[in-house]
Amino acid sequence: MLHSFHIFNRKGDLLFYKEWARAPRSAKAMADDHKLMFGFLFSLKQLVNKMAPRGSGGGLHACSTSTYKLHYFETASGLRFVLCTGLAAGDLRETLRRLYADIYVETLTKNPLHRLDEPITCKSFEQAVDAFFASLQQGQG
Amino acid sequence: MAYRPAREGNLLSLYINNRAGGLIFHRDFSPNAAKLDTNEQMQLASTFSGLALIMGQLAPSRPSSGMQLLEADGFLLQSFDSPTGIKFFLTAEPDAKGLDLVLREVYTYYADYVLKNPFYEMDMPIQKGGKFCQKLDRMVAQVQDRR
Repeated sequence: MLHSFHIFNRKGDLLFYKEWARAPRSAKAMADDHKLMFGFLFSLKQLVNKMAPRGSGGGLHACSTSTYKLHYFETASGLRFVLCTGLAAGDLRETLRRLYADIYVETLTKNPLHRLDEPITCKSFEQAVDAFFASLQQGQG
Repeated sequence: MAYRPAREGNLLSLYINNRAGGLIFHRDFSPNAAKLDTNEQMQLASTFSGLALIMGQLAPSRPSSGMQLLEADGFLLQSFDSPTGIKFFLTAEPDAKGLDLVLREVYTYYADYVLKNPFYEMDMPIQKGGKFCQKLDRMVAQVQDRR
């Protein structure tokens, strides 16, 4: 079960957002949630880096509460992909990496009209992402 | 009866936070654990309390608990909140299993050897080297043996 999907750039601007079956919220509440999410991940990443045992970097990739699981993937350029799912989801590191490599890079990085650090409006990206998540949800049953 | 889970992956450190998010107990179980001075430990522990709470607020459906499990490439962190708001959290190597059960065990020791001590004041640091610490070390040694 999927709840929400965010893409942030390294400055914390929200580039892309999608949610499934969530209670409707006002635009302001939603914007506040996005800021809180980025701030949360930013601090969590620092915490993880400090808490990591000797000889290993941080490498945060998932965390969960009693009701949902948050999957995190960061690219070398500082893009952050955040996917919130139900607790049944396993390790989605590879899934998020594929989303980046097969969809983001193919439809946006290789697209000459795409401007970095601006909210994503590219139709072919949206369609590919929708198809990707639809197949993911089917796979999970 | 001590629980003896089958596991791989060493335990690294245990933190206990009071209701206000202040660190009241910390112990490292492995030489691999992150080298932190007391100040850093306190800072990290209270940051974690705050972040765990925020993650609950970000939940798509409420009510939700705070963060209970964190997975990173280098380690795992499992957290357990007692009904009275004391937060126990444990870091371990990434392939560790059954951390929640270890935390339950720690909670029992806390209830038996810290809370039942008439000289212990709620929310104050837990004395190192006391009965709680001894029990804890023994349990952890057993757990590490079973890798």
